[in-house]
Amino acid sequence: MNYTKEVSEDEIKFSIVFLKSLLFLVLTIFPIELLGQDDATIQQGKTLFNTHCAACHKVNRKAIGPALAGASERYDREWLYSWIRNSSAMIAAGDPIAVALFEEYNQSVMTGFPQLSDQDIDNILAYTDYVPEVVQAAQLTTATEGPSETPTLYKIFLIGLVIVLVLLVVMLYFIQKRLIKIKTQVESDFRPDPKIDPIWKAFVKNQFLVFSTVVLLFLVGLYQLYGYMMQIGIDKGYQPIQPIHFSHKIHSGDNQIDCKYCHASARVSKHSGIPSLNICMNCHRNIAEYTGEEDLAAGYDQEFYTAEIKKIYAAVGWDEENQVYTGQTQPVRWVRIHNLPDFVYFNHAQHAQVAGIDCQTCHGPVEEMEVLYQYAPLTMGWCIDCHRETSVDLLGNEYYQKVHEELSKKYGVEQLTVAQMGGLECAKCHY
Amino acid sequence: MSEEKIYWKGIHQLDDSNADLSDLEQREFAEKLPSDLFGKQKESDDQSPTRRDFLKYLGFSTAAAAVAACDGPVIKSVPYVVKPEQIIPGNANFYATSYWDGYDFSNILVKTREGRPIKIEPNSDAPDFYQTNARVHASILNLYDTQRLQTPKANQADISWDDLYLRVREKLDILYQNNQTVVLLTSSIISPTTMDIINQLTAKYSNIQHIQYDALPAQGVLDAYQDKYGERAMANYDFSSSKVIVSIDADFLGDWQNGGYDSSYVKSRVPDESDKKASMSYHIHLESNLSLTGANADKRMPLKPAQLKKVLAHLYQKICLGFDVGDEDSEIQSIVDHILEKININPAKAVVVSGIESKAAQSMVLAINEKIQSSAFLPEQPLYFKKGDSLAIETVSRGISGGQIKGLIWHGVNPVYTSPIGQQLSQQIQNLDFSLALSTVKDETAVLAKFVAPTSHYLEAWHDYHPKKGHYNIAQPTIRPLFHTKDFQQILLDLADIPMSHVDYIKNYWQNNILIDSNWNQVVHDGFYLKNEPDQPIEFSEDTEPIDALAFINAVDSPMSLILYPKISLGDGQQAANPWLQEMPDPISRVSWDNYLTVSISDAKKIGIVNTTNSHGAIDGSIVQIKVGNRELEVPALIQPGQTPGTVGLALGYGRKQGVKNEMQIGVNAFELLLNHKRHQNVEITPIKGKMHEFACIQLQNTVMGRGEIIKETSLEEFNTQEKEYYNPVVHVSKNHMEVPVRSQEVDAWRSFDHSIGHFFNLSIDLNACTGCGACVIACQAENNVPVVGKREVRRSRDMHWLRIDRYYSSHESFKEDHKKAEETAWFGEAFGTFRKLEKAAENPQVVFQPVMCQHCNHAPCETVCPVAATVHGRQGQNQMAYNRCVGTRYCANNCPYKVRRFNWFRYNKNKEFDYHMNSPLGRMVLNPDVVVRSRGVMEKCSFCMQRTQKTIMDAKLEGRQIKDGEFNTACAQACTSGALVFGDVNDKTSKVAKLKNSKRKYYMVESIGTKPNVMYQLKVRHTDKSKNHAITKEV
Repeated sequence: MNYTKEVSEDEIKFSIVFLKSLLFLVLTIFPIELLGQDDATIQQGKTLFNTHCAACHKVNRKAIGPALAGASERYDREWLYSWIRNSSAMIAAGDPIAVALFEEYNQSVMTGFPQLSDQDIDNILAYTDYVPEVVQAAQLTTATEGPSETPTLYKIFLIGLVIVLVLLVVMLYFIQKRLIKIKTQVESDFRPDPKIDPIWKAFVKNQFLVFSTVVLLFLVGLYQLYGYMMQIGIDKGYQPIQPIHFSHKIHSGDNQIDCKYCHASARVSKHSGIPSLNICMNCHRNIAEYTGEEDLAAGYDQEFYTAEIKKIYAAVGWDEENQVYTGQTQPVRWVRIHNLPDFVYFNHAQHAQVAGIDCQTCHGPVEEMEVLYQYAPLTMGWCIDCHRETSVDLLGNEYYQKVHEELSKKYGVEQLTVAQMGGLECAKCHY
Repeated sequence: MSEEKIYWKGIHQLDDSNADLSDLEQREFAEKLPSDLFGKQKESDDQSPTRRDFLKYLGFSTAAAAVAACDGPVIKSVPYVVKPEQIIPGNANFYATSYWDGYDFSNILVKTREGRPIKIEPNSDAPDFYQTNARVHASILNLYDTQRLQTPKANQADISWDDLYLRVREKLDILYQNNQTVVLLTSSIISPTTMDIINQLTAKYSNIQHIQYDALPAQGVLDAYQDKYGERAMANYDFSSSKVIVSIDADFLGDWQNGGYDSSYVKSRVPDESDKKASMSYHIHLESNLSLTGANADKRMPLKPAQLKKVLAHLYQKICLGFDVGDEDSEIQSIVDHILEKININPAKAVVVSGIESKAAQSMVLAINEKIQSSAFLPEQPLYFKKGDSLAIETVSRGISGGQIKGLIWHGVNPVYTSPIGQQLSQQIQNLDFSLALSTVKDETAVLAKFVAPTSHYLEAWHDYHPKKGHYNIAQPTIRPLFHTKDFQQILLDLADIPMSHVDYIKNYWQNNILIDSNWNQVVHDGFYLKNEPDQPIEFSEDTEPIDALAFINAVDSPMSLILYPKISLGDGQQAANPWLQEMPDPISRVSWDNYLTVSISDAKKIGIVNTTNSHGAIDGSIVQIKVGNRELEVPALIQPGQTPGTVGLALGYGRKQGVKNEMQIGVNAFELLLNHKRHQNVEITPIKGKMHEFACIQLQNTVMGRGEIIKETSLEEFNTQEKEYYNPVVHVSKNHMEVPVRSQEVDAWRSFDHSIGHFFNLSIDLNACTGCGACVIACQAENNVPVVGKREVRRSRDMHWLRIDRYYSSHESFKEDHKKAEETAWFGEAFGTFRKLEKAAENPQVVFQPVMCQHCNHAPCETVCPVAATVHGRQGQNQMAYNRCVGTRYCANNCPYKVRRFNWFRYNKNKEFDYHMNSPLGRMVLNPDVVVRSRGVMEKCSFCMQRTQKTIMDAKLEGRQIKDGEFNTACAQACTSGALVFGDVNDKTSKVAKLKNSKRKYYMVESIGTKPNVMYQLKVRHTDKSKNHAITKEV
């Protein structure tokens, strides 16, 4: 080969194309490389996106505003700068693209962000352009790999178990054979004394023993019966399957949502209230997919949770595609867990708001419950125990001041218990 | 060889080939057992269950039920999809609205829970018409009536609204083109907007003629007012500052001028004890029946209808014309003189009212009040409740039979039931080509209609009212229509082709015509609007034509007069389907579930009418035949003290047959006897031998037998001049032969409760202010889910009302004489049977009303006898009853000296034997979710509205504040707009009830037994007159 030979123009062109395609290939195959390069930019973009944009925009999905993926390609960069800083001015000025966009999204006005610099906007766009594919790819791999791996592991484990069991059976067979052999040998040497009664006969003959056993059995039986009777109607641990798999663990555990954000009437009413679906939609209008941790052992993967969110949409009549309510609703029939009999008056506001008791006191570690269950027995004894032991701390509540002062003087204590305040009177809870 | 003998039953048995026989021998029974004993017979006999199968099923299902019972049911909770902002589950919302049914008008608040109305309460912010009577309180139950019309109908078949409109328009158009008259018959329309809508409709269909018809018209009142002041209205009265009230047959605590005078009347009836010269009005009442108003009067004189006219005529002549020759009957004359004497003390502070239904009588009343310049007389602020013409229905009937009227549309009226020509009308309506009923219920008239358009209940509809000059009201819906119903006005708007909703129409109309200095939202919030309108011009004319009083003076009574009256409970019968009202005992006779002929004691003797008490303690009464004109009715008779001899009374509003459940189709329809729409009729009474009627009477002891510990009373004179110890002494009991006051610790067998800390609830009941109207009874029933038990159970004294109003008659002329007599005969009385005589009420007795509920004794006899401690005492003063603890021994009820405990002999809910509101899911919507529905076998009683005090305390805790006086209230005390019942915390020294506890009039019922109740009574002060007692009518 003659390298000194002058290369033809065609060849140069070809090599440039070749190199370019090589580069393209490298870039598409190893996007991480690029991410590594612009990592800082994209991180900043992500932060900015979450602070300013996430309320109305998704990267890959239509929300209140359009999906942002590919926005930088759809629109001119300068146009975008001006749109993001002050969209209403553009609409007012009659910019055709702006007006079209405004009309398409039900004339909802986009908040202006004049504080964002060009650099900031570039960062956001960098984030929206690249992030989603990567995330989705990653999701896909985990989603497909997960289930395929589990069965093989199980299979190996099961096969091992079968082998061990078969071995055990074989061993037992041999041992038994051995023992029978020994037994026949021994029996031939030894004959039992016929005068000694078998143990059951001796037991029957001893009247005292029979009597005391009967009494004992009777008493044990009674005790068991009492125990059985006393648990009738007590549903501690009741954990029904709900029509929508609502995870308190995710909401109040992982996401730290206050109980009384959803159960708002616990502040003012005797009922804590099962949240109406419009409360769900406060957040789930924007959270259409679950992207948090999964519990694969129990079968709760992200797709599962996402499907449950779709159930809310179906119930409340939310058309995700067009981001509108269809008006066709299907109320959710939850299974009630905490059931007090009709003749019991219980007031949530008194306990959760006035007394300031944590919800967990009675409802248990709800923030850890994937599926909610009844934590407390909800028996009258349980109520009363608490009323007897709990001291009231009502500093700052003017209603209690006078009566607390007088009563504590009467009982000679610093702090009164609920019982001393009259919390054991029948008609405080039964009328 | 002994051989077993074979006995044969017949020759056929010897024939072996007889297969039937051999088959028969194998069977246990010759014939198959009737299998339908165990339910429906199956089509194929082979499959019908045998006895064994039955036992198997029984055993299995019992076992299955037993096993299943161990597991709790799965309860579903369905929250809102989108929760309305203002609804918080567990908290009540209140909406101001107005009640008007053509009979009662009231400004009310509707309590709703989770969007459903559960109770009516008075709107105490309203300046007028804030009184809610028993009927208004009970009206909420009609919303949940299963008998309501639910869909439009054409010829009894359900159709859609569109179809109905299509067909009705078609008919109307044809009638319009042929110019044939269609009558729109309504009750009195007091709504300016509705009137406007009707005008719109008649403008479109000029052949529609609007006629207003009232079941109980006030023709005379309207005519007299119109004559004098130029407007068709009724003069208003305010009794609050009156010193002398003369009522000639005006039952103003009942239905006179649509009632609602209790509060202003009571204001003049309670003496102020801080005043040494306390005063109260002197109320003279002349009437034939013993009405609620008469029972409250200081001086009640039973007169016959013609005598009433005479008295009025003489008064008129003397006061207005200045001369009167006097009556030949010296007793009438002495009554007139007595009234004149009282009026002349201070004419401006006196007032004369009358219920005599003629223009002349009403003109006399207007003239008298004008002449004496009565301050209670307010003709410048007239009332617009009645617009109807009493003979309108006859006009319509003649029109139909004459062929001038081809179509009839009606709303809010039930003329087939309420008019004396009902039967005739029924035929005529059936023959009409076009008849359209706009009705809420399928009543006697609506069933005849070709087309039925169901209208909404008042709690589902918008409305506006103009009840009085300058006074406007709005009614707003408190629930979406439960059925396919529309506002009455909406239907008219639709028919008139006005594309507007009723509420928009009202809003528009108000903004254009009524509202001046307020806005729509404020008015809807308040429920009322006061407009500064110029008063009705009143000219004091000296030279008006004198009214011819001679006709009155010469009036002659028939031997026996029938006086038709509406009862306090059922009114004009619109609410006959309401079990609360049916079971509410009449305040006077204390009979529930019936109407009956009230007969005076002397007449009963003469005619041979008896009331007997059977061994259950229930009253039976003779049945008599009465004949008015050519109409005859069989009615039971009840002997009524206070009834004028020569007169009998019969209540209207009963005997409804359509749109009313079987249990409530009770009594006879007295409207049939309302000939010429006159409430006074001549009557002939024939006893029917041996035929007895069973009454459900709640009270059997009619007198207190001189027991001053139950009812205490004094005269105004004593109250003003004597010390408290004289007229209201503390009861003394004997200890070691020493008289010791019962309130001293010495005679107390108990350690006293310490109630000094926290709240301490007391209830004060003022016997002077209590008119016995019974609003509290129904309010209590609505608040506390008190069941209705039906006539049969009431007859067995198993009524469930937590609050009753005892009515006592005096045995002598007055209670005072009773006490005196009882004391005099204390030693020998038993032996000579004088006590016996005290059991009998006088011909014209004094009457007293005493509301009795659980007295919440601090030393309660019921608490000590309960074997399971289900009833215990609370620190806040309540005697608490824990239903879930009660095992139903009924010791407590037996040991209660006040007889206020009620036992659930049955399960009254979801039980078809008690087919009242609690037996249907719809009817149960009225239940108060804060009060448990009691089950069979437990005792129940008044709880001092524990749920309400708890709620008040809860609100204060949430807001972190002290509770002000007036916040604590029970349902009864709230319903009592007269202020007879006052509830509150006596540890709050500034509270009203704390002051009443120190009142000179305070006493406790049967105090000598030492129960120390938390319910106190304020003794009754009577404004008795020492002058000669006027004789009762001479016997005829």
